[in-house]
Amino acid sequence: MSAKASEQPTTDAISAEAPSPRKRPSLWVRFWRNYALAMLFVIAMLVIWQLWIKIFHVPKYLFASPTGVVTSLRADWSRYLEPNLWPTLSEVLVGFGISIVAGVGLAIVLHLFTPLRRAVYPLLIGSQTIPIVVLAPILVILLGYGLLPKVVIVALICFFPIVVNGLDGLRLVDDDFIRMMRTLDASRWAIFRKVEFPGALPSIFSGMRVAATFAAIGAVFGEWAGASQGLGYLIQASTPNLQTARIFAAILLLTLIAMALFGLVSLLERIFCPWVSRGGVL
Amino acid sequence: MGEQLVGVQGGGTGATAGSNVGIAFDGVGKAFGDVVALDGVTFEIERHSRIGIVGPSGGGKSTLLQLTAGLLEHDVGTIEVEGETSTQGRLSRCAMMPQRDLLLPWRTALDNAMIAVENRGVSKKDARAKTKPFFEHFGLAKFEDVRPDALSGGMRQRVSFLRTLMAEKDILLLDEPFGALDSITRGQMQEWLLRALGDVPRTVLLVTHDVDEALLLSRTVVVMSARPGRVVTVLDVGLQTEGLSRREIVTSPEFIELKESALEAIE
Repeated sequence: MSAKASEQPTTDAISAEAPSPRKRPSLWVRFWRNYALAMLFVIAMLVIWQLWIKIFHVPKYLFASPTGVVTSLRADWSRYLEPNLWPTLSEVLVGFGISIVAGVGLAIVLHLFTPLRRAVYPLLIGSQTIPIVVLAPILVILLGYGLLPKVVIVALICFFPIVVNGLDGLRLVDDDFIRMMRTLDASRWAIFRKVEFPGALPSIFSGMRVAATFAAIGAVFGEWAGASQGLGYLIQASTPNLQTARIFAAILLLTLIAMALFGLVSLLERIFCPWVSRGGVL
Repeated sequence: MGEQLVGVQGGGTGATAGSNVGIAFDGVGKAFGDVVALDGVTFEIERHSRIGIVGPSGGGKSTLLQLTAGLLEHDVGTIEVEGETSTQGRLSRCAMMPQRDLLLPWRTALDNAMIAVENRGVSKKDARAKTKPFFEHFGLAKFEDVRPDALSGGMRQRVSFLRTLMAEKDILLLDEPFGALDSITRGQMQEWLLRALGDVPRTVLLVTHDVDEALLLSRTVVVMSARPGRVVTVLDVGLQTEGLSRREIVTSPEFIELKESALEAIE
């Protein structure tokens, strides 16, 4: 068979098949398309909230108005909010970081050693039924008033969704991929590194996203169990003084921490899993 | 281009010298629980010949391929692949191309195609350098750095086939390689594969439920029954394909005749 004859059909097939490059709208356009309605909704709620308090003359100590919160953010920033923001932020970041390393690490170990998974997995699920609120004071007794017990609580609360999602992701990788790799001389390690781990990455990121929303809650629990600083501590200290606007401002900051962490995880997923197409910007 | 492909040769690394038997099945049986998938399957495949296995769905054809590759263990009988009877030995001789292309979505076309080379311990850089020259011949030039989701179905199957070839195994197991493609693309791919296989001396075991595909691509066609899978008949194809287009082959009287006897055997 001549070279010409065999190349002909191939080239023809290609020119007909070559897919056109995909066009995506710009980041800005996608941002508005995805979030314009949510923002509009928030603005509407704020307006209703403000009007409600004005019309019904709700006293300041009972419920803060949006403008009251803004006033508190300005007036209390340097004295109350900022000094308490950094401890909470570091508790969240360190605890979250530890939970990622420990969670992903444990998921991998349990996946690679099936007997270990059988032994440990039920315990892991059982441990989640222990309310963290109960655990927090015990940890404070054990570890003292400093940063450590808070970090441990944040890590404990974030760890579970990461392990469970990671394990599921690793386990649910299509067997056909593994069979294919085995006929291509792949070692167990090569299968893990080239197929299972990248295949599980989107699941791991899902777990991390869930964990990101828990992290700030964990920090607050930890601070309520005993602390001398942090946003949770500030909320607790401001309650008897009926500083409602300041409490709301602290809650707002906690929400912003959680949202920023969530956004960061989503951004990392975009960077590390570019093959996963998601509709949103984040 | 014929010369180019010689580079990817299994060449029977350590195959029993002088032996001309590629694969030999002897009384092979396999059951999954109560369901008997294969029963008393016996036939031989000459080294570097092409065999097509046709039969109704659920006839254990894919199971037979997995047994051959040593991915599954059979219950009775023996399977000998170039003198190897152990699962590990068979696994080292066979490369399988699955029905779904199974390209890793996080790897580019080139990185997918070279994965078997990488698995042999070759560095990424060298593996790429070794694999890249084949892209042109496979009609994939300029698509080296494209991820699979941006490739058409036919192109993905070509990457998948190249990946199978790069394993440099003497035996290729093709499990309904074009089953997921539309009929026009499938026809083009069959024609292309017919040429590509002509260049590489390999033992090819092709499983399909498309009788045309089996007759077009193989020299011998084994017709299997529905569950439990048994060999119904073995047809010698021996069609003249050299220099003919797919259309000319599949419309020739000899082809039609063979097709008739194959379809009759399936019923």
